[in-house]
Amino acid sequence: MNNIHNQLIGTWTLLKKELLRFWRVAFQTVAAPVITGILYLLIFSHVLDSRVEVYEGVPYMAFLIPGLIMMSLLQNSFSNSSSSLIQAKVMGNIVFLLLTPLSYIQLFFSFLIASIARGIFVGFCIYLIATLYVDLPIEHPWIVFLFAVFGGGLMGAFGIIAGVWSERFDQMAAFGNFVIMPLSMLSGVFYSIHSLPASWQKVSQLNPFFYMIDGFRYGFFGQSDVSPYFSLSIVTIFFIVLSYGTIQMLKSGYKLRG
Amino acid sequence: MKKAIAFKSVKKNYGQLKAVNGITLSIEEGEFFGLLGPNGAGKSTLINMLAGLVKPTAGSISAMGFDVVKDYQNARHSLGIVPQELVFDPFFNLREMLRFQAGYFGKGKSNDIWVDEVIERLDLTAKASTNMRMLSGGMKRRALIAQALVHRPPVIVLDEPTAGVDVELRQKLWDFIKELNKEGHTIVLTTHYLEEAEALCNRVAMLRAGKVVALDTTNNLLKKFAAKNLKLRLSAKGVFKLPSSIKEINFSVDDDFYTFELKKIADISKIITALNKESIEILDMETVDQDLENIFLKLTGNKV
Repeated sequence: MNNIHNQLIGTWTLLKKELLRFWRVAFQTVAAPVITGILYLLIFSHVLDSRVEVYEGVPYMAFLIPGLIMMSLLQNSFSNSSSSLIQAKVMGNIVFLLLTPLSYIQLFFSFLIASIARGIFVGFCIYLIATLYVDLPIEHPWIVFLFAVFGGGLMGAFGIIAGVWSERFDQMAAFGNFVIMPLSMLSGVFYSIHSLPASWQKVSQLNPFFYMIDGFRYGFFGQSDVSPYFSLSIVTIFFIVLSYGTIQMLKSGYKLRG
Repeated sequence: MKKAIAFKSVKKNYGQLKAVNGITLSIEEGEFFGLLGPNGAGKSTLINMLAGLVKPTAGSISAMGFDVVKDYQNARHSLGIVPQELVFDPFFNLREMLRFQAGYFGKGKSNDIWVDEVIERLDLTAKASTNMRMLSGGMKRRALIAQALVHRPPVIVLDEPTAGVDVELRQKLWDFIKELNKEGHTIVLTTHYLEEAEALCNRVAMLRAGKVVALDTTNNLLKKFAAKNLKLRLSAKGVFKLPSSIKEINFSVDDDFYTFELKKIADISKIITALNKESIEILDMETVDQDLENIFLKLTGNKV
């Protein structure tokens, strides 16, 4: 009946479905955020490249790219799990999952891994296109990898929470517009927090997105506003706490099983 | 025989509302069981608790001996649930959707042959590669049935499977479900169409306000209420009084017609004699057989 082999097939099937789901509409889920990221890059670098040098010896355009990659990665990881769940809830086809023997752990990992995969894929596409404009070597690939995985995972888990909690599309949109977008715009994607007044620097340090972007950027240049290990610790703690919360939410059946 | 499904003192409260109020009921393996009741009787809540979509407030439910809460994974392997709403995943075609559904139950590639067989048996082969959005309502309904079968469950639960389905398809679905039952599947059917329950089910439970008001074989229920009804149209409608000698026979009035429930055939002559005595003319007369709908109305006092 329900043995480990069956459970692995079940988890893989849901993961595959979630990957295919965003791939089927890649124009919207991949091409659109890549184009947005590249537009940010071209506009900001055109305006500021000759005026701003954040890190010594690093052109502004190069400085901008890791932040844009991470911002897109985080937003798309969030979108993948959240939009899948809200659509399934509104359309009613969430019932197909709830009728199966898939456990809350299987649901969690399938949605989480698919979210990380989409985030990394979008980020990688932006990286590839950006390298056409500027030379961008990666100094610490493992740091880049760890921040990509934990950052994507954190947002994937947050997306599951948002998808389960929301009952309508406008509630889901509120997460994007009032939480994700402000936090990502005010996270130091376009600037170093050292250029901010002291009080705003403190506010920025309360923003978890800041650590994800700052640490990710360190992987490219070996320079950052705060220690990458401190950032990695913050991101890992957030990831673990959010994952725990998500798993408990799925286990309880909150808003899924009446 | 092993119990396919067992509800023990099951309750479900939504605030003050007792949607299911202490139902104890077992369904044997191989049965074709009907669950009848008006809207709000608790049928869907009962099915949703069995499926794990709703948590019981009290009591326990098992499917093929597995508790649906404590051993939910094995219980769900035993169940194929066909939901009432026409829901579908708009990203995929029929074959993909069915393969995914089988995969959630741990069925790998070797199950693909069975998936194609289910598609064929439900007459959907030509549409197997069509996106779910493009299927007609009847096809979507059949796709839902296919989804419930892909993991070969021993128990199949159909929640209003023929709602909104045309007569021809309804007959086809009936034949298909009967075939599944013959192959050994236990079938549980909720329906508003009492003729459906009468034609298909060996045993039925009638629910009202979260309680079982009747539970018997379909034949026994029909026998229990086997007496015919006598339907009369009388000449002096509205203003006359029925003779007191026939008032002991239960009757109802609907427009011009008086319908008497006959306990024995001799009641007919008693009624006619009494009406003649009072010079009440009989304009029209027919006898009507009992069906589940009449029984249902008597037991629940509700229209279906």
